[in-house]
Amino acid sequence: MKSRKWLSFPYIIWMAIFIIIPLLMVIYYGLTTKDGTFTLDNLFLIADPINRNALWLSIKLSVISTLICLVLAYPLALILNSMKLKNNSFIILIFILPMWMNFLLRTIAWQNILENTGVLNTLLKFLHLPTLELINTPAAIVFGMVYNFLPFMILPIYNVLIKISDDTINAARDLGANYFQTFLKIILPLSFPGIISGITMVFVPSLTTFVISTILGGSKVVLIGNVIEQQFKMINNWHTGSGLSLVLMVFILISMAILAKYDKEAEGKSVW
Amino acid sequence: MVKRFGQKVYIALILLFLYAPIFILIVLSFNESKSRSKWGGFTFKWYVELFKNDNIMNALYTTLIIAFLSALIATIIGTAASIGMNSMKKVPRTILMGISNIPMLNADIVTGISLMVLFLAFNYTLGFSSVLMSHITFNIPYVILSVMPKLKQLNKNTYEAALDLGASPSYAFYKVVLPEIFPGVLSGFLLSFTMSLDDFVITHFTRGNSIDTLSTKIYAEVRKGIKPEMYALSTLLFTSVLILLIIVNRRSDMMKHHEKNRATK
Repeated sequence: MKSRKWLSFPYIIWMAIFIIIPLLMVIYYGLTTKDGTFTLDNLFLIADPINRNALWLSIKLSVISTLICLVLAYPLALILNSMKLKNNSFIILIFILPMWMNFLLRTIAWQNILENTGVLNTLLKFLHLPTLELINTPAAIVFGMVYNFLPFMILPIYNVLIKISDDTINAARDLGANYFQTFLKIILPLSFPGIISGITMVFVPSLTTFVISTILGGSKVVLIGNVIEQQFKMINNWHTGSGLSLVLMVFILISMAILAKYDKEAEGKSVW
Repeated sequence: MVKRFGQKVYIALILLFLYAPIFILIVLSFNESKSRSKWGGFTFKWYVELFKNDNIMNALYTTLIIAFLSALIATIIGTAASIGMNSMKKVPRTILMGISNIPMLNADIVTGISLMVLFLAFNYTLGFSSVLMSHITFNIPYVILSVMPKLKQLNKNTYEAALDLGASPSYAFYKVVLPEIFPGVLSGFLLSFTMSLDDFVITHFTRGNSIDTLSTKIYAEVRKGIKPEMYALSTLLFTSVLILLIIVNRRSDMMKHHEKNRATK
């Protein structure tokens, strides 16, 4: 099969043109002015109060959403795993299926639920509870993020949990560990890779979204994704837009590096 | 017993959370009133209107054709790439796999703007072909991700046995290798198709103003108010996928059953 290497040449050329060169171009535009001289000003624009607040709010909301997803998904994955279903693909389908309804429409449906006279408030009124003003607030955006990205947290954790052998858990129980000890010392460390990939798959799209904030935040809540989108689609300033994208990419890389470090530590521990 | 009950309630609540918006969209597709927040009585009229609305039908056609072509081309490039990479040494293979991870780990918005910058900087007019190429780009990694594990499981001896028995390399490939990796190729294709169908962000940046997919059309209507025909269309798409999945699931269950029976005989 040695002569088969040439089969990957179309792929290599394709990825060079459509992945590598475009990224280099974003870096080039991010580090130059309109007349092509080198500058770091585009990166420093992140310190501008509007951009800084947008980035800070994006980080805050995406961290909150990621944590909520983790707290909701982990017990669910544990329960699904304990049911020992024969048909795994069915579970996966149930959580993938909503994605076949257009993502924008599903988010728009949340407007109906969260509006001041929407489904949720009608329900609260019916139960004689105080109503909530959610639409066009950061809270509504958190709702949208958790809703859209929750499956990406559930599936990786579930996939890791089903691979943990019953023998490992039984051995721990036989050696006298109670349920919580087994969970803390065996299940949790072994499920770490799933948690890490779940966190990345929720955090990155939440941090960079501009659609969810446009639909559920009105124009009142501005995230860093909205700022970058406007730079490219409305203002047509590639240099500022690229500079801000570079800052965003650095944030993503840093958070991934931190996660990868934790992942390695967990792997190291599981040897013991 | 209490614990079991609690677990079921928890699953039910999460499913309610995931499916509530879908339920609302289905209800809205039967709503007589054009307003999202008023119930005007039951009607089928949006389903009739839908097929008369050329704008939406065109967007649907564009969406499906881009999804199909991008999934097909990505499957060919991705499968060939996986086979090629599989015969490479570890270091170049790791580098190439790393590159294929970039669009999956990178934010959609960055992939979108970087492709837009590429097309515009080389004076390439944005339109159908730029969207198609962009979709192929983000689909290829999904194909590689589905095909690579199947290639790893492949027993090299069967291929060499075919060669020893006189098969030409290409004949041996079609008769021995391809059938083995086909499930991976197929799931790569289906995954790509789904991703392309549901994509908004990358299409938004690479489409220019000449073409619309369903996603970009919906986005343009967010402020003006969504046309109820859209709810009808998405309800139709959702139910057809649901029915298709149920049939496929039933069939694979039946096939498993069949195999088991044969094995016990």
